[in-house]
Amino acid sequence: MTRVALPSPAFPPRAPEGAGNLRGSESFPDAAHHELANSQLRRNISNATHTIREKRLQVTGELPDWEQLRDSGSAIKTDVMNRLPELLEQFEAAVTARGGVVHWAQDAVEANEIVAGLVRETGSEEVIKVKSMATQEIGLNEHLESEGIRAYETDLAELIVQLGHDTPSHILVPAIHRNRSEIREIFLNEMADVDPHLDDDPASLAAAARRFLRHKFMTTPVAISGTNFGIAETGTLGVVESEGNGRMCLTMPQTLITVMGIEKIIPTYADLEVFLQLLPRSSTGERMNPYTSMWTGVTPEDGPQSFHLVLLDNGRTAALADKIGREALNCIRCSACLNVCPVYERTGGHAYGSTYPGPIGAVLTPQLAGMHGSHDPNSSLPFASSLCGACFDACPVKIDIPSLLVELRHQKVEQAAFGSEAAAMRAASIAMSSSGKFTVAQKAAGLGRLIAGKKGKISALPPPLSGWTDARDIPKPPKQTFRQWWGSAEGQREIADARRQAHE
Amino acid sequence: MSSRDVILGRIRDALALAPPVQQEIPREYRTGRAMPKGELEELLTDRLVDYKATVHPCEAAELPATVARVLREAGCKRVGVPAGLDDGWIADFDGEVVVDSPCVSAPQLDSLDGVVTGSRVACAETGTIFLDGSPDQGRRALTLVPDLHVCVVDLSAVEVNVPEALTRLVPERPTTMISGPSATSDIELQRVEGVHGPRNLHVVIVR
Amino acid sequence: MRIALFATCIGDTMFPNAVKSTALLLTRLGHEVVFPPGQTCCGQMHVNTGYQPDALPLVENYVESFGDESIDAVVVPSGSCVGSVRHQHEVVASRYGTPRLCGQVETLKAKTYELSELLVDVLGVTDVGAYYPHRVTYHPTCHSLRMLRVGEKPLQLLRAVRDIDLVELPEADSCCGFGGTFALKNAETSTAMLADKIRNISGTSAEYCCASDSSCLMHIGGGMTRLQMGTQTVHLAEILASVEDHAGATA
Repeated sequence: MTRVALPSPAFPPRAPEGAGNLRGSESFPDAAHHELANSQLRRNISNATHTIREKRLQVTGELPDWEQLRDSGSAIKTDVMNRLPELLEQFEAAVTARGGVVHWAQDAVEANEIVAGLVRETGSEEVIKVKSMATQEIGLNEHLESEGIRAYETDLAELIVQLGHDTPSHILVPAIHRNRSEIREIFLNEMADVDPHLDDDPASLAAAARRFLRHKFMTTPVAISGTNFGIAETGTLGVVESEGNGRMCLTMPQTLITVMGIEKIIPTYADLEVFLQLLPRSSTGERMNPYTSMWTGVTPEDGPQSFHLVLLDNGRTAALADKIGREALNCIRCSACLNVCPVYERTGGHAYGSTYPGPIGAVLTPQLAGMHGSHDPNSSLPFASSLCGACFDACPVKIDIPSLLVELRHQKVEQAAFGSEAAAMRAASIAMSSSGKFTVAQKAAGLGRLIAGKKGKISALPPPLSGWTDARDIPKPPKQTFRQWWGSAEGQREIADARRQAHE
Repeated sequence: MSSRDVILGRIRDALALAPPVQQEIPREYRTGRAMPKGELEELLTDRLVDYKATVHPCEAAELPATVARVLREAGCKRVGVPAGLDDGWIADFDGEVVVDSPCVSAPQLDSLDGVVTGSRVACAETGTIFLDGSPDQGRRALTLVPDLHVCVVDLSAVEVNVPEALTRLVPERPTTMISGPSATSDIELQRVEGVHGPRNLHVVIVR
Repeated sequence: MRIALFATCIGDTMFPNAVKSTALLLTRLGHEVVFPPGQTCCGQMHVNTGYQPDALPLVENYVESFGDESIDAVVVPSGSCVGSVRHQHEVVASRYGTPRLCGQVETLKAKTYELSELLVDVLGVTDVGAYYPHRVTYHPTCHSLRMLRVGEKPLQLLRAVRDIDLVELPEADSCCGFGGTFALKNAETSTAMLADKIRNISGTSAEYCCASDSSCLMHIGGGMTRLQMGTQTVHLAEILASVEDHAGATA
């Protein structure tokens, strides 16, 4: 008998280190320390998140079938992940049949090379871009720059971020950390041919951006976009937006290059009926966003006559290999979880160090790019949450973010436990594994009464407990634990009294 | 091995490492709804006005006069139309009419004062108009570059909500969904109507 | 009903009044309250911090302590500990435990209740005959609100309390910033969240901030005493157990 060894499945690779924007330079608590000190940022973000939160609740509340839509959205995305190979092949065939050219990129490095090569083939040294998380994730603009190609962001907020030599702080409103006077300054300093008398009224600022970009839209031969969904059945792609810059990029140039994460697939055209209801209401809190463009391959005499689609992995297959964690791939990038997150509200998006901030970022980033050791900034992301659960409630596709965070914390500890903490956790586990040991530990806790002394509270402790006592007291432990009271004559007398009252 | 094969292989590995459980898809949300014409018009109008679009209801016979009035009031002297637009719709307009063709360049489109088109379907609950490049709607650039868009919506082509509207679309056609004029809220979340798309959207609803 | 009391590690050690009040309240309502002495902790801190294997002995201890079939219900004066029993025990048991443990976890999950759930849903009472002549604002803790979905139940109970001056807490559903070890690992962000919570409490001019989780109350209370604010914290059970001749069992 000959034995044939079947190849055993290998765990897919994470996104490569050093390419793209999926890893910050410092841990979340360190980065948050800087951001928390910025009161302007705190005010802007708090104002913005509260406003969108209210709008979202209003427009989701008016749909009596909102929960049913969420259930369907969640199930459709789960089904997509289950059937990803066949759906991607179906999608590729449909795009190709309609005149599109499909490219596959294993990671950020390959995707950047493909896009730069395609732009070079057109002979253009400039491209216009629609706001796209995928191209931000792979660091495409920086790569194009290094190849001598200038990329112009056309979404107003992205333009503000780009001209301000800054990074986005929110998925939906990337310049949320800037106020009008800061934006006016950026425009005056960085925008060619700007009116020197420009005021800081948002309408004037938007008009300045319109003038600045109008010529670019009319003359730039290549556009680069992301996509909100790719429909397997028909090969149709869609971009959801507000300003019309998306329509401009998707319509005016001769060549369109779209970068799409492989998880963005939805099975059928009819499934749009779910996502076109879920996405705008969750995202901007509108019943519908001003513009949605849908296109399938190339349409003769209408729009770009050359269309390239780059399908991106960059760690997505690694996320897919995790039975629990793969749920994060269902994300439709609405940013509702950011807007309800109490942590995001205080720190803003920069503290997460990744293209994907907020609660979804805290679970998606480590899965795409990995958590390499305790000193990797990504290792701190799953802990950047109080597990309050507001994100789960807001998610239009019902991603159980708190459970995913807990799972990633588990994975982190399995990989590389934090030394002294692991010892403390083990000690606590042993101490609480039986009531005998527990009562001994309770006696030790009672020593806190000595520390508390006459003040009746504990106001200073050594690290890591100083994290608590820097801003909060710990109450003096009581004279008697509950079980001591229960076991005492006094306790039993009080219970007996209560029993008598019940029978009165 | 091509990157295509590598990625498809990785996906199959991923699914083998964590075998999925088959997922049923519940479809309990509302579909196939209908509404009396009057209510549809009221709902669509309410949503469009909410988006700062201007709504002009009229009877079929009044359409040419309505279109002419809207263009005149907006100060339009040169307007573009798609090649398949019913001539009657702009019969009362006394300015210059430019019939679009692939030869009309972007700067030429930019020099128009406005554009008049039909539409495929509209969705009342979200106030959305769908254009699909049919002969009465033209190529996408035509309804994008000029700063004013007069869009004619026939009440018989108004559906209640997204699921109903989508059934009237042909997926392969380039489709643009329009819900009010171009807008941004990127600066301090203050809504500003009009960035790159047409800053003025006039919807003529034909009863 | 025969009701077993799960004191929780923090309740037993640091906040015995809340547990005592739970025991007295249910006894006065005519139920037999038992305290299985083997109990310790639900293991939430271990699971939430990533130490699932270390939670296994605690899950085993919980099912052993409360496995007695004569127990009709387990009551817990803590929403987050009930959340752990309902959502985390099966994760730990299925990963590290025996099939038998999984079954026990399943059984206990179904009869473990947070105090307001037990009172309103199981025992069908909203007026427990309490008297509490104080100005009180209620903070619905995250896990009670979003993991257990206790909804209005605690407020229904509080509204029925005689002479209570119940004032609404602005932005009540936002997290106080506790989050277990989050308060240590991300102390500054946690403090920023706490500051807003305390500002909202302060705006109500309440004498007491009430919640049904001792850990959140310890966090909020720790911030308020640091600021020398007059407002104190009180557990829901303590209010519900207060009666006219014995008002302010907490004081």
